[in-house]
Amino acid sequence: MLKQIEGSRAVAEAVALSRPEVICAYPISPQTHIVEGLGELVKSGALQPCEFINVESEFAAMSVAIGASAAGARAYTATASQGLLFMAEAVYNASGLGLPIVMTVANRAIGAPINIWNDHSDSMSQRDCGWIQLFAAHNQEALDLHIQAFKLAEELSMPVMVCMDGFILTHAVERVDMPTQAQVDAFLPPYEPRQVLDPAEPVSIGAMVGPEAFMEVRYLAHAKQLMALERIPQIAAEFAERFGRTTGGLVRPYRTEDAETIVVALGSVLGTLKDAVDEMRDTGARIGVLGIHSFRPFPLAAVREALQHAKRIVVLEKSFSVGLGGVVSTDVRLALHRLGQAGYTVVAGLGGRAITKASLTRVLNEAMQDKLEPLTFLDLDWRIVNRQLERERAVRRSGPIAENLLRDLGTVASKVS
Amino acid sequence: MMSPIKFYQTGTFTVGNRLLAPEQRSVQSSTERHNSLNSGHRACQGCGEALGARYAVDAAMRATNGQLIAANATGCLEVFSTPYPETSWQLPWIHSLFGNAAAVGTGIAAAMKVKGKKDVRVIAQGGDGGTTDIGFGCLSGMFERNDDVLYICYDNEAYMNTGVQRSSATPHAARTATTMAVGPEPGATFGQGKKLPLIAMAHEIPYVATATVADLRDLEAKVERAFALRGARYLHVLVPCPLGWGAASHDTIKLARLARETGLFPQFEAEGGEVTSVTQIRHRVPVEEYLRPQKRFAHLFAGAGRPDVVAQIQAEADRNIRRFKLLDEQS
Amino acid sequence: MLQIRIHGRGGQGVVTAAEMLSVAAFEQGRHAQAFPSFGSERTGAPVVAFCRISEREIRLREPIVEPDVLIVQDRTLLHQVDVFQGLKPDGWVLINTRRSFDELGLADIGARFRRERMTTVPASEIARKHLGRPLPNAVLLGGFAALAGMVTLDAVVHAIRDTFSGALADQNAAAATEAYDYVQNEIRELAHAQAD
Repeated sequence: MLKQIEGSRAVAEAVALSRPEVICAYPISPQTHIVEGLGELVKSGALQPCEFINVESEFAAMSVAIGASAAGARAYTATASQGLLFMAEAVYNASGLGLPIVMTVANRAIGAPINIWNDHSDSMSQRDCGWIQLFAAHNQEALDLHIQAFKLAEELSMPVMVCMDGFILTHAVERVDMPTQAQVDAFLPPYEPRQVLDPAEPVSIGAMVGPEAFMEVRYLAHAKQLMALERIPQIAAEFAERFGRTTGGLVRPYRTEDAETIVVALGSVLGTLKDAVDEMRDTGARIGVLGIHSFRPFPLAAVREALQHAKRIVVLEKSFSVGLGGVVSTDVRLALHRLGQAGYTVVAGLGGRAITKASLTRVLNEAMQDKLEPLTFLDLDWRIVNRQLERERAVRRSGPIAENLLRDLGTVASKVS
Repeated sequence: MMSPIKFYQTGTFTVGNRLLAPEQRSVQSSTERHNSLNSGHRACQGCGEALGARYAVDAAMRATNGQLIAANATGCLEVFSTPYPETSWQLPWIHSLFGNAAAVGTGIAAAMKVKGKKDVRVIAQGGDGGTTDIGFGCLSGMFERNDDVLYICYDNEAYMNTGVQRSSATPHAARTATTMAVGPEPGATFGQGKKLPLIAMAHEIPYVATATVADLRDLEAKVERAFALRGARYLHVLVPCPLGWGAASHDTIKLARLARETGLFPQFEAEGGEVTSVTQIRHRVPVEEYLRPQKRFAHLFAGAGRPDVVAQIQAEADRNIRRFKLLDEQS
Repeated sequence: MLQIRIHGRGGQGVVTAAEMLSVAAFEQGRHAQAFPSFGSERTGAPVVAFCRISEREIRLREPIVEPDVLIVQDRTLLHQVDVFQGLKPDGWVLINTRRSFDELGLADIGARFRRERMTTVPASEIARKHLGRPLPNAVLLGGFAALAGMVTLDAVVHAIRDTFSGALADQNAAAATEAYDYVQNEIRELAHAQAD
């Protein structure tokens, strides 16, 4: 059924349709509307049987999910940014134990400085832990991916993180097609655990594993992600067949077939990129877009296949590895090993800075003329950066950096966007 | 059902008595006991925690007809009971992290509830470090939500598994690796530390109790009482650690008893934040008798010693006796 | 694609206004995207919300820098924030105020754009009359519906009933309708004035 609702609401309803049994809720912007929506559905009786638990921290949220999942219940939680970091120990624990928890990460920057707006630094910080990471480009995909995620997680016995841009998607009201309960039930069977805490058949879960077996246990997590490389497109295809639309999958190319330049990105910026690319195509530019929807497992083969014919690759990312440069770029580069293409990293949108079609067009034009540096920071204000560096050179007690920069910028309130 | 039979204990104690009716005997005396923490684990000789865990979990298994799931924090108990690829546990058991046993317990309880498995009960257990320090947030959360979990803390008064470091349960003046017996204030600092049973009571949860490995029946009765109730429950068990306390491995039970008889470890029950029963001190002893056999207090007696510090510890014992009426003549 | 930008202060329901607008467009079978400017929205602080309406799927995700329509819920913003920044040359403007456009000191602004497309409506007063409180957001949408019929009043009322319930829905719907009539009248008079 078509609805015009907030992204968070869409996700809450999709999660509810997936019949979760235990939901752990701890508030953090910008995911809070999701757990609030679910809380209401449980309390009103619309979603039952389901236990909705208001936990005391994100660490508790993931821990409660671990207990619930190990005891055989379908468990769900949501977080972002600082919350994801606070539960990091438990995040590794969940994937290490192979528990099929599904979690929404409403992508948000990590402080300091504290920032509530969108970028991908949070989920990127956990890219090595063993969780499957799926990225949504729009709210329809965000809701669809949750349904696909439960199926994927439970089949493989691995937890799945569904990443959606905080505010940009979570707080955008747009049209979505919400499936029916019957449709979801036909697609997603009840949870059948591979391991479960059951008095009838006692097992011990969580033993210490020493040098004699740790590598093997860890490899098995990787093996499951390699299986996921097969399963993710299959599940997306099954979903398409049942629900009538294409969402999820490993990658989705757009106008790349004859492209000389291809821009690679994750998340909601793909929408703006497609608009920019359409306009550039109208002027004769041979440019296309590749959306990556499964970031972990990283689809090396699919990325290579989609990009290998192009002359140059621009990776546009909302993530940044301090001291190195791009994060996604590194993975993409690995996929393009030995192809000798020109590669550009454009770091954009950190901390929620708007990525405009105009800026994208400008930087992509520069890329197409090979006038771009290997690493670019889109719309970075070099004046205030340099002013701060000078300040630090001049005096020892230069004061807190963020405060200095904000003062240099002047009043922010008067800006429109 | 608190045992109406009193056994006079003189340096040893009676586990079962053939003169008692079978239903009045301790769980441990039964050949039918679950042996939930089976033999073969790697605990030290004289480990109070291994003893306490076996007593408590066997009692829990009987109280729940074997319908029990356990969540365990990282620590000595978890480490010595599950040396890969073996496990001592005869019940479904999960170890997740150091600080989240209570939260994992909450999750398991929620799963049982949502699946309609009312008879399956949950315990979460850990040492003092995992309970009073790193696990404190999750514990308080479980308490305030009144989740249906019995949390058992095995208190050996320091982070033993990592080499005897101070926790907020470490008694004043005790030597640990991070509160060395040097300087003008040797050992753990006075004025610091916290008493988890009192904090648990402040949450006004359905049941809080303290026990030791010296009083088997009392411990078993308290576990049984706990499972007659629903909601958040807390059991704090004093478990001497020969290695960490610097005591003889055969003194474990004796030291636990002395902790009670000095007044340093009040043994009581509370419901809804109010004390409902107190185990009286049978034969009061000065704290020195308890402190001397432990090398972690040796610096209080070496050479001229520190009688002033011993006096401070004695004052703590006196305060407990007053506060909990451990020497009530009426009793 | 139509791009609408709504200015107001925290607590005035600016975000809800944009959302209701998107619902109204949805009711008419269009694609619509509504989102706030994500500032630290405390009561009283300047707030901006955006709405895009299109016949086709909307893929663009950036703040609206060149709006076709500007709705100003709080006239005290006019000299504090540059609300007119980026407005298209033939854009529409609707301001919540009792005063006239010229009384607001916007004559020179009017000269930069198309004067007959810039009007005011006393939405807070109309709201106070119907709701008992000066909450202008839904009311202004009624006024918006009268601006060249980009969205019908019917759809706006539908969206209002979607968002509010009971008496509040009725009151808001009535207020929005009154605002619609008011603005329709204003626009007609402006067109005549322009023709003269």
